[in-house]
Amino acid sequence: MHEQALLQIADDELVLGWRDSEWTGIAPVLEEDVAFSSIAQNEIGHARAIYSLLSEDPDALALDRRPEEYRSSALVEMRFVPDWAHTIARRWLYEQADAIRIARLAASDDAAVAGLAAKIQREEAYHLMHADMWAERLRDEPRFRAAVDDLLPLVLGLLEPGDRPALLAATGLGEVTAIERGPHDESWPQLWEEMTMVRRSEPAGVAW
Amino acid sequence: MVTTEQVWAALDEIEDPEIPVISLVDLGVIRDVDVEGPRVRVEFTPTFMGCPALEVMRDRMAERIAELGGEAQIDVILDDSWSTDRITPAGREKLREAGFAPPAPRQVGGPQLVQLQSGGFRCPYCGSTDTRLENIFGPTPCRSLRYCNGCSQPYEHFKTI
Repeated sequence: MHEQALLQIADDELVLGWRDSEWTGIAPVLEEDVAFSSIAQNEIGHARAIYSLLSEDPDALALDRRPEEYRSSALVEMRFVPDWAHTIARRWLYEQADAIRIARLAASDDAAVAGLAAKIQREEAYHLMHADMWAERLRDEPRFRAAVDDLLPLVLGLLEPGDRPALLAATGLGEVTAIERGPHDESWPQLWEEMTMVRRSEPAGVAW
Repeated sequence: MVTTEQVWAALDEIEDPEIPVISLVDLGVIRDVDVEGPRVRVEFTPTFMGCPALEVMRDRMAERIAELGGEAQIDVILDDSWSTDRITPAGREKLREAGFAPPAPRQVGGPQLVQLQSGGFRCPYCGSTDTRLENIFGPTPCRSLRYCNGCSQPYEHFKTI
């Protein structure tokens, strides 16, 4: 497995974990405060595990890079609070795409990658259920439909071109031109500042 | 000299930091213990990857092994060898006594929403199977929230993974 592909997934999971955790305490219903907090915690846990495969020092890999060195997609960087329709559209589409790329990793020849991917799949099953429940509930809601159309090109860009038809099949959505991963979202520098603030405030190796 | 049995017994005294009714051995997170002279190698297969209790578990294992006079080496195994099916029968009973419905056995294809939304998952307080899913997620990533219509009591259910 190419390190670059693993790094992309880890960066996506870390950044989406940050963005989803922004709903803690302010979600529209209490259940979703709880759900988003748990999901965010899981995503950051997955990022940590993948960084651990790539480096002896996962914290350094996660937090000591310059903003331009991150490989995260603009999709996960966007700040949606207080837009619940976009938040749910992203959760739903992201989980569908993530299931496809994690299944690829689970079939990898590299035993460490395949084993970790299978472990991640066990937890992601619950994220998919949660996202599917919401997508079902909001299926006919115009704001949700518009958000899905808005985000689909970026979501397709999470996947290798050969895997994109599987996403369209899983979601029942029509084909659109993908926006490839690369340019960061305009909100990324500010999120990076926030994400790495504590780490930068103390020299590496300080014990908490 | 430390023996393998002593190490297992010591690890069985360490509680899960978040669900202190169950030991690390009952939780099934110890995959193997290997003693060679003073060196004690433990294969630790974590539960949920974002679980903040994992670091605490690792540190407590190292402390206990040091108390036995061993040199601990805790290897964290990041594959899918942990599943809720590894929780021992004794562990499941302890969970139930503490008010947590234990996880259902994992089925081929993994957990399904329709299964969670069905009744069942017997209430740990009154034993009724007239229960419903309140939230897939709960106070920690490993738990769901359910409600028992039998005794009008919310309770936590250890997720199957």
